[in-house]
Amino acid sequence: MNIIVCVKQVPATNEVKMNKETNTIIREGIEAIINPFDTYAIEEGVRIKEKIGGKTTVLSMGIPSVVDLLKETMAVGIDEAVLLSDRTFAGADSLATSYALSMGIKKIGDYDLIVCGKQAMDGDTAQVGPGLAEKLGIPHTTYVRKIEEIKEGYIRCQRMTEDGYEVIEMPLPAVITVVKEINEPRLPSLKGMMRAKRAVVTVLTAKDIGADSDLCGLKGSPTQVVKTFVPVHDVQSEMIEGEPEEQAEKLAKKLLSMQFSTSDSTEVI
Amino acid sequence: MNYYLTEEQQMIKELAAKIADEKIKPVALKYDEEGTFPHDIVKILADSDLFGVYIGEEYGGFGGGIFEMALVVEELSRACGGISLAFAASGLGAFPIILYGTEEHKQKYLPDIASGAKLAAFGLTEANAGSDAAGIQTTAVLDGDEYVLNGTKQWITNGGEAEIYTVIACTNRAKGARGFSAFIVEKGTPGFSFGKKENKMGIRASVTSELVFEDCRIPKENLLSREGMGFIVAMKTLDRTRPGVAAQALGIAQGAFDEALKYSGERVQFNKPISSFQAIQHMLADMAIQIEAARCLVYQTCRLVDSGEKSISKESAMSKVFASDTAMKVTIDAVQVMGGYGYMKEYPVEKMMRDAKITQIYEGTNQIQRNVIALELIKGLKTKK
Repeated sequence: MNIIVCVKQVPATNEVKMNKETNTIIREGIEAIINPFDTYAIEEGVRIKEKIGGKTTVLSMGIPSVVDLLKETMAVGIDEAVLLSDRTFAGADSLATSYALSMGIKKIGDYDLIVCGKQAMDGDTAQVGPGLAEKLGIPHTTYVRKIEEIKEGYIRCQRMTEDGYEVIEMPLPAVITVVKEINEPRLPSLKGMMRAKRAVVTVLTAKDIGADSDLCGLKGSPTQVVKTFVPVHDVQSEMIEGEPEEQAEKLAKKLLSMQFSTSDSTEVI
Repeated sequence: MNYYLTEEQQMIKELAAKIADEKIKPVALKYDEEGTFPHDIVKILADSDLFGVYIGEEYGGFGGGIFEMALVVEELSRACGGISLAFAASGLGAFPIILYGTEEHKQKYLPDIASGAKLAAFGLTEANAGSDAAGIQTTAVLDGDEYVLNGTKQWITNGGEAEIYTVIACTNRAKGARGFSAFIVEKGTPGFSFGKKENKMGIRASVTSELVFEDCRIPKENLLSREGMGFIVAMKTLDRTRPGVAAQALGIAQGAFDEALKYSGERVQFNKPISSFQAIQHMLADMAIQIEAARCLVYQTCRLVDSGEKSISKESAMSKVFASDTAMKVTIDAVQVMGGYGYMKEYPVEKMMRDAKITQIYEGTNQIQRNVIALELIKGLKTKK
């Protein structure tokens, strides 16, 4: 089974500095680490390979120094590393990133499973995993907390939800994004570190992967970051009493009065 | 200070430091209180390949020496001097095989020690044989193709947890110091059991047990070197591994210093952090001076040992005395800097102070080390004449 793990470099600090003109993160001059959520993706990829065999490839898009971070992943069991690095990719939003990564994946070719972390700790969008699946035209499951079964052409996994989990089956190839509950990433081994030191990371440009430069980087990024904030979840619950029929009626009236319904749903009621 | 470590040594140190900070620090207090053996950490160390740093590549190791072992011990000891001992004592048990084992011995035992699949231990001390190792009562008698061992070893680190033991026993009482021999004994051999497990002041995550031999029959091939070489096997092994104890002491001292320094910047009295007071500053400076001096001596001694130099007893003893005396002094001062908080188990320096004490005692007390150093000095004087 060929597994591709997508990782992102993020600033090691909590004090993220923004470029005021583009509202994108300034990455230069700040110590970079692999997005912590992606380390669970790496571990899961390596575990699947160890269990059923195959090859793991780590893929990232970023500045040339990301090569060193990708080498670190080879100390914990990743076999090969590919970095997409080109001025054309700079300033990419989650759409342009999904596009570039999907082109990189197509270039790598033969793949069965793509594993991503649930989100990056700097941007927090959680969009690239699903975006990638759409660009590749393959199914995806987000927030995977456990893989129940995986074999040629098939995966069954548990998707974490706020109040439990869903069991989802997909044909492969597919994309999963994983949560930290899925495993405990291993520490590197000395043999792995020695291997990583000697490892060669393949660096590909936009041209190498045949990417359309209009869809890459700042040019291919329609997202306008107006402001960033943590949304407040302040949900008021109201319990509707009565027999089921009564409850349904009250609920329908309530929804209608709130004008959430469309003409279609009114007809149904 | 930059010690110009090789790229591989730097990697070993970084990996050991990562394990110490991420895996050992969070559990050090728990193991100290419970006094139980840290199987989970030993597994992590095994998975990390660190057990192989001082073992030859032909036996599945990394081909390093005492320096590589010491770097690991130092880093692990920063987090816990007891847990690091499971690693260090395995080295002490392995070195007689590395130094005196036949090719068969090495092929049979070293790969498992290098991978961490099996721990080793070294059995020298007995109830009446401490500083005076010649007081060993355990006997080994050749009977056909087997040696029959009888006696009890005391205070053996990794006792009961290790699978491979190198044991010193008396094969000819009449020959005095030349009447001892070294043997490899495997756990599970009939007649070999484990006695009392000690309840210690410090290094409580390390297991210290009796090895009990009752008509324990081992193949005669398990003899290391020749009959009568036991004392030399033990002394040559200890000469090489003493910098390992020194590294343990150094790590404990560094760990305590780091805590004290951090605390001094956070603790506010008289509206100022206590690090702004000269009394504290001078204590911190003295601690740092001693630690750096100890590190210089330990690292350089390791390099000397690994160079293959024959005469290393004096330097090896010096490194052990200096580093362990430093550890005791620094940990006491760390507790002092942290005051009442330092005395409480909530903060790690109290444990470090208890852990430090053993480094002045075992693998030859610091008094015996000074004897060794003085004897070498006097010997040097005589040869000059």
